[in-house]
Amino acid sequence: MGLGSDMYRQQILDHYKNPRNYGELEDPTFTHIGENPMCGDEIRMDVKLADDEETIEYVAFSGDGCAISQASASMLSGELKGKSIDELLEMDRDDVIDMLGVDISPMRVKCAVLAEKVAQDGAEIYQGELDKDKTTTED
Amino acid sequence: MSQQNLEALDVEAIREEFPILEREFDDQQVVYLDNAATTQTPDPVVDAMSDYYRRYNSNVHRGIHHLSQEASEAYEEAHDRVAEFIGASGGREEVIFTKNTTESENLLAYSWGLNELGPEDEVVLTEMEHHASLVTWQQIAMRTGASVEYIRVDEEGRLDMDHAEELITDETALVSAVHVSNTLGTVNPVSELTDLAHEHDALSFIDGAQAVPNQPVDVEEIDADFYAFSGHKMAGPTGIGVLYGKKELLEAMEPYLYGGGMIRKVTFEESTWGDLPWKFEPGTPPIAEAVGLHAAVDWLEEIGMDRIREHEQDLARYAYERLEDEGDVEIYGPEPGPDRGGLVSFNLENVHAHDLTSIMNDHTIAVRAGDHCTQPLHDKLGVPASTRASFYVYNTREEVDKLVAALDDARQLFA
Repeated sequence: MGLGSDMYRQQILDHYKNPRNYGELEDPTFTHIGENPMCGDEIRMDVKLADDEETIEYVAFSGDGCAISQASASMLSGELKGKSIDELLEMDRDDVIDMLGVDISPMRVKCAVLAEKVAQDGAEIYQGELDKDKTTTED
Repeated sequence: MSQQNLEALDVEAIREEFPILEREFDDQQVVYLDNAATTQTPDPVVDAMSDYYRRYNSNVHRGIHHLSQEASEAYEEAHDRVAEFIGASGGREEVIFTKNTTESENLLAYSWGLNELGPEDEVVLTEMEHHASLVTWQQIAMRTGASVEYIRVDEEGRLDMDHAEELITDETALVSAVHVSNTLGTVNPVSELTDLAHEHDALSFIDGAQAVPNQPVDVEEIDADFYAFSGHKMAGPTGIGVLYGKKELLEAMEPYLYGGGMIRKVTFEESTWGDLPWKFEPGTPPIAEAVGLHAAVDWLEEIGMDRIREHEQDLARYAYERLEDEGDVEIYGPEPGPDRGGLVSFNLENVHAHDLTSIMNDHTIAVRAGDHCTQPLHDKLGVPASTRASFYVYNTREEVDKLVAALDDARQLFA
């Protein structure tokens, strides 16, 4: 039989085992933390904006959790580089699932979108449009 | 507690009563090891409920017509049957039907807790409580000013009974404990806990959701003041649970749900309550589910609760030993023995429980990942989640073998 589910294709496992942009930025423009209490996934996203205050220059993430949440954060951190804040805020769950490139079973979608939600909430807090300490997928 | 000479179960014959166990996904037969969450329902239970809907569906208590009489009798008899099953000599008056164990817990919390507790009172729980009890008493404590204390769980996953003796004092109003932990599998010494409570004039509530389905339970032997469990974890339907209570205690308690079916007399100014157990069962109750629960109790007793316990303990021991032999599996809870029920929670090194459980699902093995509604206990164990395999009367050693074999896939993927 094929090894494992469609969910654990090489790309996902590669990002999980060798996360890109893992760590914390020294001078992030904004930082936000979120969790998926169902799984115990926790992710911190650090975002550094360019001088135009719109373009995302760097993204770093840290935290731990299941392969899906961590791989999603790793891929997103690369994906967001060069995008504008508005483009980040326009992303939805389908964009995340497209980015992952695998079918995510319904019960695991929360794991997949955690990093995206954290980055978006972080951006909205930075813009002064949201007031919250911590993002949770249960909201 | 001799369990030695019991005739082994004819698991093959039992499985024939569960068509769902024949289901396949991707040409692989389902291996159902999520029984602590909910058990499967045998044909006789489904048939009993179907028969109710086909032949005598009607509302209870009020009807003078034939159908209502039949439905009322069946609904009331289900209380008697459950009372007999758990050794409640007071019969139906001591058996309240609720929606599930959680509602049973809330019934006690609202009817008794809110009215009786005050700032000087303590409620003693255990660190292995299910959220059903833990969250409920936290909330009641916040509203009444009472405090909540937790009996420690030791390194082996057992209750620290010395700590229990320290915590349970004259200030204690209630001791609430799980009979069997849904995460650790520990079978707690609930008689001792109840004795401790009674020595200090406190009441005892035992959450038997993981006990009644899997072992003989006699509420009077335990001397529990209150005892709760759910139908759907014991081969019965969803939507029905039980709160047992000693008659004199239930009589003194105020209902917290109001409506039809629970009253004696109503005027525009006031109402008086009906008899037990109906005063706690307002509105149209789960009638078909009560019929189903009755059938489930008959079905379980025909097999024998002693034999069911032995079968599950054998599977738990086998699973524990096989997983332990793997070397890279961390298992939670006590070693196999008389104080371990039929479930095993574990983690595979370097693989998150949710990933492992997804991989298990690729093999059509149904296990559960998460905190199993015991978040504080998982915090104490130092893991965010675990994978739990829980067994029932229809499971086999071959199914445990499949579970263990599937670990290899996870290892290869995550190596």
